[in-house]
Amino acid sequence: MDIQKYISSGILELYVYGALSEQEGREVSRVLKKYPEVKTEVEEIEKALLTLSAATAPNNAEHLIASIKEKLSRPTATTAPVATPVRTINWITYSGWAASLLLLIGLFVVFNRASELREDLQAANARNVQMEEQIANAREDAEKAEELLAVIRDRNVQRIPLKGQQVAPEAFASVYWNTEENTAYIDAKDLPEPPRGKVYQVWSLTMQPLTPISIGLLADFEADDNKVFSLENQNQSEAFGITLEPEGGSETPTMDQLYVLGTVAAP
Amino acid sequence: MQQDALILELQNGNERAFERIYHLYSESTYGIIYSIIRDEKIAEEVLQDVFLKIWDKAPSYNSDKGRFFTWILNIARNASIDKIRSKDFKNDQQNLKTDNFVDILESKTNFSEAVDAIGLKKYIDALKPVCKKLIDYLFFKGYTQKETSEELDMPLGTVKTRNRICIDKLRAMVIK
Repeated sequence: MDIQKYISSGILELYVYGALSEQEGREVSRVLKKYPEVKTEVEEIEKALLTLSAATAPNNAEHLIASIKEKLSRPTATTAPVATPVRTINWITYSGWAASLLLLIGLFVVFNRASELREDLQAANARNVQMEEQIANAREDAEKAEELLAVIRDRNVQRIPLKGQQVAPEAFASVYWNTEENTAYIDAKDLPEPPRGKVYQVWSLTMQPLTPISIGLLADFEADDNKVFSLENQNQSEAFGITLEPEGGSETPTMDQLYVLGTVAAP
Repeated sequence: MQQDALILELQNGNERAFERIYHLYSESTYGIIYSIIRDEKIAEEVLQDVFLKIWDKAPSYNSDKGRFFTWILNIARNASIDKIRSKDFKNDQQNLKTDNFVDILESKTNFSEAVDAIGLKKYIDALKPVCKKLIDYLFFKGYTQKETSEELDMPLGTVKTRNRICIDKLRAMVIK
């Protein structure tokens, strides 16, 4: 079992919320007892949620403990049963008891059977939810892949490779520019994740004089699985560049944070 | 391990263990209850009931089913929801539908020392709207993954992965 993958799937958060089905919950409990790193992760999630919910309390509740403790139910001393006088055997009473007992056993059997069925049903429901999730994910992925393929195949599209610059020589990105539809698709798979509070901004450049025009931000970078972003670009771009900017973007590019740059090949 | 031992003591009816449990969880529980009920006095009553239930029902808690915190969460949410549905609860001046935990943090002026809530408040503001919604539904309101997916019109898997990113952000704030 790939534990890192399991942790990053997000199932542990749902587990702490109590948002999983009983069966899924039991499964996570099993994994948690087996792998210490899963337990640590769960404890950290819990800590964050404890802090968040504590912050929504209107005031401190410590003082209530005294009155709660007064109301705690405690085991009471049992009184000795009072002996009842022995009576003559009453057969009618006995047969009545016997009949009730039989009925009780019967009911118990029926009840057990019903709860078994209910459990089966719950398990089947849980499996359905998982299947639904997998199908939805697969469909989403397939749709995206098809869309990307269509973009790349379009005859009006030209690909501009953007090479890593001084701050990030390893970085790399591609622009797929559809000049008919004025759309630029940015494939940013090989850009590092932006640090907290920073965002990538894409610039269209024209030379002589050098004029950068912002065409947009790579919003939600870490949440985007395929790291392909579509931006509108109506400019007669001669080059494209991507810089790292403070959240919200900048008016003009911060040149010492230029990550990648590439020129458009002359037609 | 310490936590497990404490729960075991509680299950055996140890009042000192109960006090420690109260100390550990009462404020968060109060926060959950208040976020649903929105009335300080009634929330206080429900909090007391919830801890009496924790005492009474502790022997039935089973770690195979989930975390102790989750068990408490469920008791608190259920008790709060029962309360607001009960006849004696008047909510004429409240619009429970539109409020979520973010409003409480924003309108709050006094915080306990246990939480650097001023700091937390600042960061919560920075959380994306979708994160606020996910955390509100899944954590505070106790929706299932499926209900949340329907409510937000978001695929089931996306609920899971998005929420993970949101909680990661929250954790980064809390640890700071």
